[in-house]
Amino acid sequence: MLAEMRQPLELRVSIENEADIVTARQEGRRLAARRGFSTTEQTLIATAISEVARNIVEYARRGEIMLSTVDRHGRPGILVVASDNGPGIADTELAMRDGYSTAKSLGMGLPGCKRLMDEFDLVSEPGRGTLIRMTKWVR
Amino acid sequence: MPVPILKQGDILIASIQVALTDRDLLQLRDELSDRVGRLRAHGVVIDVTSLDVLDSFATRTIRGIAHTTRLRGAETVVVGIQPDVAFSMVQLGLALDGVATALDLEEGIELLRARVAEGRRHAR
Repeated sequence: MLAEMRQPLELRVSIENEADIVTARQEGRRLAARRGFSTTEQTLIATAISEVARNIVEYARRGEIMLSTVDRHGRPGILVVASDNGPGIADTELAMRDGYSTAKSLGMGLPGCKRLMDEFDLVSEPGRGTLIRMTKWVR
Repeated sequence: MPVPILKQGDILIASIQVALTDRDLLQLRDELSDRVGRLRAHGVVIDVTSLDVLDSFATRTIRGIAHTTRLRGAETVVVGIQPDVAFSMVQLGLALDGVATALDLEEGIELLRARVAEGRRHAR
């Protein structure tokens, strides 16, 4: 958490309903474009944001998505942090397996996001909430 | 914002113009299912050319629309999936199984006309 506080935070989108999913992915695309990502990569990032935002609406009902700019050895990137205080995920390893799903999703959401982004971390505590950090770097 | 649905002969064309919320998509599904019956349509084109993201929910709902309209006696073809969107869907692991797709509106309508004609031949 501390490391992420030091990143320049660009935007915070609170996720409370399905319209916020659209807002979050549009803001994500805008920031990705400003960072110099190709339109293909912008689409991958926007889709990943859409999935994690949907996860919040479906499982936790409310949460937020923070979009930040990051740099590593001069390489620009984008950091997406999705957090909620929802029921959490009991078995995060299982949740990251393709085809696994507890609700109505296709079971592609989280493992799919990992493929769309360069880095993906999931921390969750049952009853406390879920924190997803995903990063993508400009090629 | 509801998706406008145009009628051209016995084909319904739903042209998605803006980023859709989940509710819009579900509304489109119900609206199409209803109109296929009311207007006796044999084909449905869903034009997603303007969509910049097709996530798991949108994909699942569009697949649901295709299956629902088929049960109502009409074929659905999805047209205009952009290259970036297609790539992203593949990365995410999504597919439109059992749903016809075409490059654009023109090819979609052509495909539907051929299918409807073929269906009529079989019915004879």
